[in-house]
Amino acid sequence: MKEAQNPDGIVGRGNREGADLFRMWFDQLDEAAKKGVPSAYVFVMGSLAEILRVFNLPLVFPEINSLQTAVRRVAHEYLGQAEDYGYSPDICGYVKADVALQIKGGVHPMGMIPKPTLAVLTNACNTYIKWAEIWERMYHAPVFTIDIPGTRQAGRKSHPGESDFERDRRYVQAQLNELIALCQQLTGLKFDLDRFREILAYTNRMNRAWKQIIELNRNHPSVFNALTDGTIYLGVSNGLRGVPEASQYFENLLAEMEYKAARGIGTLVEEKYRLVFVGVPCYPIFRRFNELFTEWGGTFVNSTYLWFASGGANRGYEYDLSRPLESLAEGLLLSVRDAMDSMFHQNLALQEIIAEFDVDGVVFHPIKSCRTVSTGLADGRRALMEWRDIPSLFIESDMMDRRVVSEAQMKNRIDAFFEGLASRKQRAALLA
Amino acid sequence: MAHAAGVDVGSTQTKAVIVNESGLIVSRSLIDTGANVVKAAENAYQVCLLNGNLREEEVEYIVGTGYGRYRVTFGNTQITEISCHARGAANMFPKTRTVLDMGGQDTKAIRINPNGEVLDFCMNDKCAAGTGRFLGAASAALEIPLDELGPTALKAEKPVRISTTCTVFAESEVLSWLGKGKKIEDILLGVHQSIASRSIGLLRRVGIEEQITFTGGVAKNVGMVAALEQNLGLSLNVSEESHFMGALGAALFALDHILTSRAPIGAREELA
Repeated sequence: MKEAQNPDGIVGRGNREGADLFRMWFDQLDEAAKKGVPSAYVFVMGSLAEILRVFNLPLVFPEINSLQTAVRRVAHEYLGQAEDYGYSPDICGYVKADVALQIKGGVHPMGMIPKPTLAVLTNACNTYIKWAEIWERMYHAPVFTIDIPGTRQAGRKSHPGESDFERDRRYVQAQLNELIALCQQLTGLKFDLDRFREILAYTNRMNRAWKQIIELNRNHPSVFNALTDGTIYLGVSNGLRGVPEASQYFENLLAEMEYKAARGIGTLVEEKYRLVFVGVPCYPIFRRFNELFTEWGGTFVNSTYLWFASGGANRGYEYDLSRPLESLAEGLLLSVRDAMDSMFHQNLALQEIIAEFDVDGVVFHPIKSCRTVSTGLADGRRALMEWRDIPSLFIESDMMDRRVVSEAQMKNRIDAFFEGLASRKQRAALLA
Repeated sequence: MAHAAGVDVGSTQTKAVIVNESGLIVSRSLIDTGANVVKAAENAYQVCLLNGNLREEEVEYIVGTGYGRYRVTFGNTQITEISCHARGAANMFPKTRTVLDMGGQDTKAIRINPNGEVLDFCMNDKCAAGTGRFLGAASAALEIPLDELGPTALKAEKPVRISTTCTVFAESEVLSWLGKGKKIEDILLGVHQSIASRSIGLLRRVGIEEQITFTGGVAKNVGMVAALEQNLGLSLNVSEESHFMGALGAALFALDHILTSRAPIGAREELA
């Protein structure tokens, strides 16, 4: 890229700064592990970072630890160790990598990981609950499970202001009060409402920018790749939620994306096909997996992963600081419910995205390790195709386990998908 | 007159087809792929030239397809066998809307539009049960040549139920039925019905729409055709050239390229 088009290196800054922040976060965890600082284990769908940070609890995201072993190509060592310990090959790869991490005493490619003093989870994923029970047994760490009332039926939800919603919100808020009491008991610290408001304000800045960044990918060409770049952004949005560095990062990232949009700077030399990704990425061959699409001029302009793996932060919900706890309960209910819908009822959202982001095709990627997110994708795809004649691809692999990732098979299917897209585009051009 | 070629490097056999400017097959060849995929592609193409009494310079464009398509080193471009089988089937049977291609390791269900373009497809994953390899295992266990499997199966009166979903275990299951005194033809029909059942599952995933054209090497097996037709309750289009359908599709794509590049610049898009 010419210097004149990239003053101060603004293009690509988000990926560089994101990697730096990610490293900083893991360095802090390494330090916490070595000093024996009490830490909280949390999950991407409803981390409750805003409450836990008031009590100065470093946040450990086991899901992110596990996927990092796959990206760094050592997942097989962790999976193998957990299987030797007795876990079945059919069990969630994230769980198994974490079990091995605990057996190894917290040794991780990014540094040492502290042991849990507390685990906080929601019912967004059924595996979370059984997973946390492992730490409960290993460390006698208390497990706090927040029951989030989800969408009972696709397309029908309660909204703020409605009596059903208010009942659900009060139910969630009561659980948050219990969590605060537990944190006070474990840390000996009193809940500081001003500090809580300050943290919520940082999350607000991040959520506001995050929503706008996603919307900027409507541009032609799109300004970031939702699969690769998006995963970097997700790492920061989860690991550093509620800290000033993350808020600043997302505001800088928004500026970068606005800069790119204004100048027509995309992610490919020529953006031929705009795609949406449904599911969890193939981390064991993460870069290559993306190349199988970009080699054809395909890029991911949006992804359900950006929705559910951000805990619903894509909604851009902003907390009302004048009623902080009530608002946190409302935001948690809305965003985790949205995250769950992104996994189980994504069709309506996909229909909107296809139109708004001018999408050429949808890629469904069910994975062996996670039936929660994968079950129903085949039906979802069929429903989408019945709704509209939009090309879609269904490829299966895994997020962790390279034993079930066949690049040759995937390439064959991906090539055929693009051949179909090319043929369709050619015909559409003739009819235009 | 210019010619176009398609070379389909499959897991078991490599096929080559040469077509003339009218899209008619003028030559074909078939050899075992073996371990040297590059050599297999070269040999199949050279045999095809010989069979058609053609020189290399008479073939203007070559498309490689099949799992070894990137090993067709002398080819001009590569297209997946999914697109090629669809194209070949639509050429042979223009009313085709669904293609079932059964090869050595892959079974593909492909839904196509009236232009022969792929709308959706589905293939077996991680497992070769329901493919030609399953028949190969039965052939080895029963010591019956592959080309006799189908006719033998058609003599069955009481087919056994083959429950295995694994090609490797198929052999032991076949042997266990032999041990129980079942007739070979009854066991073989059971094998064919088991494969047909898995293939129909793939077809259902893309949506079964008539007409259905059966392609690939296994389409030559009359027992498989019968088992599929019986299970589907439909008759299938089966061509004498079913084995060459992928190579034919590749050759037709190659011919498209020749005709498009010859057209005046303004008309190229229309021909594309």
